[in-house]
Amino acid sequence: MPAHSILRREHFDQFLDALKNRGYQVIGPTVRDGAIVYDELNAAHDLPVGWTDEQEGGTYRLKRRNDAALFGYVVGPQSWKKFLHPPAVRLWQADRSGKTFQIEEEKRAASKMAFIGVRACELHAIAIQDKVFLDGSFVDPLYKARREGALIVAVNCGQAGNTCFCASMDAGPKAESGFDLALTEILEGAEHYFVVEAGTPLGTEILLQVPHHPAGEAQVEKAGEIHSRTAQQMGRTMDTTEIKGLLYANLEHSRWDNVASRCLACSNCTMVCPTCFCTTVEDVTDLSGDHAERWQKWDSCFTMDFSYIHGGSIRSSTKSRYRQWMTHKLASWFDQFGSSGCVGCGRCITWCPVAIDITEEVREIRATDLRTKSNAKEPDDGNTGTNPR
Amino acid sequence: METLERILAEHPFLRDMEKRYLDLLVGCASNVRFDAGEFIFREGQEADQFYLVRHGVVAVEVFAGPSGQITITTIGEGEALGWSWLFPPYRWKFDARAVEQTRAIAIDGKCLRTKCEADHDLGYELLKRFAHMVEQRLDATRLQLLNVYETHT
Amino acid sequence: MAPSPFVVQRLRRETHDTFTLELRPVNPAGRSPFVAGQFNMLYVFGVGEVPMSITGDPGDQETMVHTTRSVGAVTSAVCRLKRGDMVGIRGPFGSSWPMEEAAGKDVIIVAGGVGLAPLRPVVYQILSDRMKYGQVSLIYGSRAPADILYQKELEQWRSRLDFRTEVAVDRAPAAWRGSVGVVTALIPKVSFDPQRVVAMVCGPEVMMRFVVRELEARGVGRKQVYVSMERNMKCAVGFCGHCQLGPQFICKQGPVFRYDRIAPLLRIREL
Repeated sequence: MPAHSILRREHFDQFLDALKNRGYQVIGPTVRDGAIVYDELNAAHDLPVGWTDEQEGGTYRLKRRNDAALFGYVVGPQSWKKFLHPPAVRLWQADRSGKTFQIEEEKRAASKMAFIGVRACELHAIAIQDKVFLDGSFVDPLYKARREGALIVAVNCGQAGNTCFCASMDAGPKAESGFDLALTEILEGAEHYFVVEAGTPLGTEILLQVPHHPAGEAQVEKAGEIHSRTAQQMGRTMDTTEIKGLLYANLEHSRWDNVASRCLACSNCTMVCPTCFCTTVEDVTDLSGDHAERWQKWDSCFTMDFSYIHGGSIRSSTKSRYRQWMTHKLASWFDQFGSSGCVGCGRCITWCPVAIDITEEVREIRATDLRTKSNAKEPDDGNTGTNPR
Repeated sequence: METLERILAEHPFLRDMEKRYLDLLVGCASNVRFDAGEFIFREGQEADQFYLVRHGVVAVEVFAGPSGQITITTIGEGEALGWSWLFPPYRWKFDARAVEQTRAIAIDGKCLRTKCEADHDLGYELLKRFAHMVEQRLDATRLQLLNVYETHT
Repeated sequence: MAPSPFVVQRLRRETHDTFTLELRPVNPAGRSPFVAGQFNMLYVFGVGEVPMSITGDPGDQETMVHTTRSVGAVTSAVCRLKRGDMVGIRGPFGSSWPMEEAAGKDVIIVAGGVGLAPLRPVVYQILSDRMKYGQVSLIYGSRAPADILYQKELEQWRSRLDFRTEVAVDRAPAAWRGSVGVVTALIPKVSFDPQRVVAMVCGPEVMMRFVVRELEARGVGRKQVYVSMERNMKCAVGFCGHCQLGPQFICKQGPVFRYDRIAPLLRIREL
């Protein structure tokens, strides 16, 4: 099998059918309510054909392209955690009779999902969540079952967005691993095709079911040019030099007050972030009171009672909650899971209603790092006229 | 039978005090004993003594109306009781009661105040020790006030 | 992971709002043994689940004992349980008190309020193998005499010649014949070799901070002090994210921590 093959646009439906015939639920991007979201696809025309997205801090708009690209956009508000780590999962059920009750654990779903259009940043995000749920002292069996049944068709970004900084986080824009197939979409003149790279034997098997032919050198080169061009287009950058030490040493920096004055604690960032994994549990009963269920639901460290204990919350101020989110994502994650928690997808910047920019927050703290002598607080003798901030 | 000088010199409250100051104190000191339940002093009384507890336990109490008689702190062996003799109007602000049979050295505060005015070095030695005791009691009181074992709602 | 069924053997009232629950598993086979310092997640049918420190004797693995204060929906439901009722238990979870580290050394145990519950297994373990340890003292601070836990056991421990017990309350009616004062004031009253002592401390966070300060003033190093921390917990297995203190998951790296490892985290407000 050659390293790269060509799949033509007119065969894309056959490609999706090949997946369906193998029992996969095909899930991919589609336009709905003015955004590109992930949902079940029936055919190629369900994809955001000819659509692109324009993103900035606190801004997301869909715009028409002047071509019929299937993947000519960046990333939408949703990520694949919607399917791998769903917002609501039943963990078990229990039925009571008299004083005793019986618990029935949720059966592992024999789910088979094929994800179409997974970006490099998203591949990294999936790997990051794999670390959390599969690599620790405890394994989440429901996550494991969903993950093992997932087939991943990655797409290399043809453009970077204004809020993208995956290059800074070493998480893209090119898909390097973690996929069964990776596509680079190429449109030139009347030609519309995909340069395909197989990542696993399963990927190869699927490709064999669909009309394709080996890629020529020029086509592979063209794909390479697209990858490099995208890497240059990043709208944001983040200097990650020694970032864990930087944030750990600046937990009392005045910048946290600054961001707290803007942050609404709306929790959008945690909902759109592809790596945020916090959940809560809800124990519910039916009206008879004899049937109970435990559900696991998405939660956010921005909520008021996320850290509730003994009649109060440890983090009651917005400042402490924003600090928790950002330092967990960019610093503590290293100690916990051996990597950054951020993949530079920029969703948190785009979907923040007040356009808080995590790259800017890091930049500001770095510029006035408390460890630098001139930034350290001067002893207050009561006579300093101006606030050094 | 131990001499008063020896007892004073060995009491932790007066640790490291020079002999010449101890000699000045001896003149104002006497042995006292209280039975279990006996009041040592009452709120409002003239505060003209302080006590170095040698053996036993003393409860500093306050009568808190509907809540009844409350113990604020207990003082034991090796500790000192009472500082109101140092400050005008020289009246006790709380009750002190022996919880069990208690033996102590009572030191005449009136007599000592005169001696301290005459000899400031003696005054400084005593004030150093009392200031430290007050600091410790204040810290303890603050922590007790925090009511840390309650659930906060 | 689903809860395992346990049946209530006994519910004993300790104070006006604190109860001790004794449980037996329906299926004893295959259960992991617990060690001093660990906790379970206790489920009351249809109400919910809360973390509870295990307060029983590690030498008796057949009985699961928990002491809880009635503070919310689940704990007040626990305090209304009767013999024969069924509850769900997940666990044991978490890190343990440093019993091996303490072998051959002096031990000072400092508990505040309901913090005596997670430390009681340490006392049981020491008393069942007394010669393994040096001088051992238990210091216990409580709000008032009526709030003292395990009164009968405390009296028994107090009567031993090889185990020092000191109790103080923050306030008391005049009839109380014991000490009234802050728990830190009891530390100078017990003897231990600061070079060879292990301190185990549990209580409200502010109390633990002051206790450690007093221990340090007595020459005890931060690597010799262990504390038990508490945070909001939902899953107990490091997945829900609620129990984080900086990078530490209280459910996995804790609840027992060696003090030097978390001292810098405790200094930051609202971390």
